[in-house]
Amino acid sequence: MSTVLETTGLSKRYGRTWALQDCTLALPSGRVAALVGPNGAGKTTLLLLCVGLLDPTAGSVQVFGRSPHQQAAETLPRLSFVAQDHPLYKDFTVSDLLTLGRRLNPRWDDALARARMQHLGIPLTRPTGKLSGGQQAQVALVLALAKRPDLLLLDEPLASLDPLARRDFLRTLMDAQLETGQTVLLSSHIIGDLERVCDYLIILSAAHVQLAGDINEIARTHKRLVGPRQDVAAIARVHTIIETSHTARQTTLLVRTSGPIVDTSWEVQEASLEDIVLAYLTQQAAEATKATERMQAPLPAAQEPQGLEQEIEEVEL
Amino acid sequence: MIEFHLDTRSGVAPYLQIVQQVKQALHLGRLEVGDQLPTVREVIAQITINPNTVFKAYRELEREGLVTSRQGQGTFVQRTLASTSLASQAALRQSLLQWLQSAYEAGLDGESVLALLLSTFQETQKEETA
Repeated sequence: MSTVLETTGLSKRYGRTWALQDCTLALPSGRVAALVGPNGAGKTTLLLLCVGLLDPTAGSVQVFGRSPHQQAAETLPRLSFVAQDHPLYKDFTVSDLLTLGRRLNPRWDDALARARMQHLGIPLTRPTGKLSGGQQAQVALVLALAKRPDLLLLDEPLASLDPLARRDFLRTLMDAQLETGQTVLLSSHIIGDLERVCDYLIILSAAHVQLAGDINEIARTHKRLVGPRQDVAAIARVHTIIETSHTARQTTLLVRTSGPIVDTSWEVQEASLEDIVLAYLTQQAAEATKATERMQAPLPAAQEPQGLEQEIEEVEL
Repeated sequence: MIEFHLDTRSGVAPYLQIVQQVKQALHLGRLEVGDQLPTVREVIAQITINPNTVFKAYRELEREGLVTSRQGQGTFVQRTLASTSLASQAALRQSLLQWLQSAYEAGLDGESVLALLLSTFQETQKEETA
């Protein structure tokens, strides 16, 4: 299967802060990939690098084998990008936007756009600023789809939508997926709905890729282990422990397995995608706090947990 | 026509949930030979799911010889799982009821019964796969 999007050691620095560091990824064609991580993890930066709106500080990003920044004329006609909060020209009617899309894009599919708008019950004569939030998101998605992109990038498309609008939005996306088999990369900090629609997962936190791979493969190789309280050194020699918690009598682990669990003192349970993602993010947050503590050792305790959130908020665009 | 549902908190991969729901319907006789499974488009409308996931589930069922896909027509049930077990199910259900009765008499509540059933069941599964 061919690779649509490939990054190698991709890094971006704003001033003294690294927003993305040493990011190496290869997204196979036809996948629907979820890019998950807390606010400020570097998700938006990665997407902007992919569409060529930013230039890497180090490393490289290739879309269809080309640099989106330096070879924009070859890459941009084949990709669609919907920025956060699905911005639209608020005074334009839906019909105006369809005309704009048709005039600006060589591969524009006007019939598809109009059929989708009708199917969704969106009035063509209304200014987009007068549509509901859910409808505006749908309009932005339909415009992006009508471009007939080979790669569709969506930045937090679900964040501002209520659960019903979120489901409608994803249904439109999945219908299009069935028809075109395009590659999709969508960022989100809402994990719940992603398992339905995504078949590839990238966990990004603190500017680094923590995990990337096929979602079924990730589900298959991550297990929750529950057993009597014990030292975890033995199991850590065989499998990778992502998360550990102890009570007086019980030890619970989330591990990435590298083979069957043979130790019968552990009860092996399935871990949900949400549990897996949270375990990686928790692990990363704990390490970041430790690093901050080391750096700030002389400071009073009250200032110590100046962890991820604050530090990274500055980075988010 | 069977209708699917998806439990995203279970930790069971979505494609496996579809496989399991078809098998359960075959076991219980809710799906019979010749019945059509929903098209991928219909499944998307039902549960908003990635089409690749549905294809994967249907391929898995086809690999096990339970369904067959006919070009341009859809996916149809080829073999049922009910015939061998339906007859004995009533008797098994009867003895399970007796066992439950003795569990309650021994002072177990609903949760303890379920925990005992589940852990015993999982042990037998382990022995089978070992």
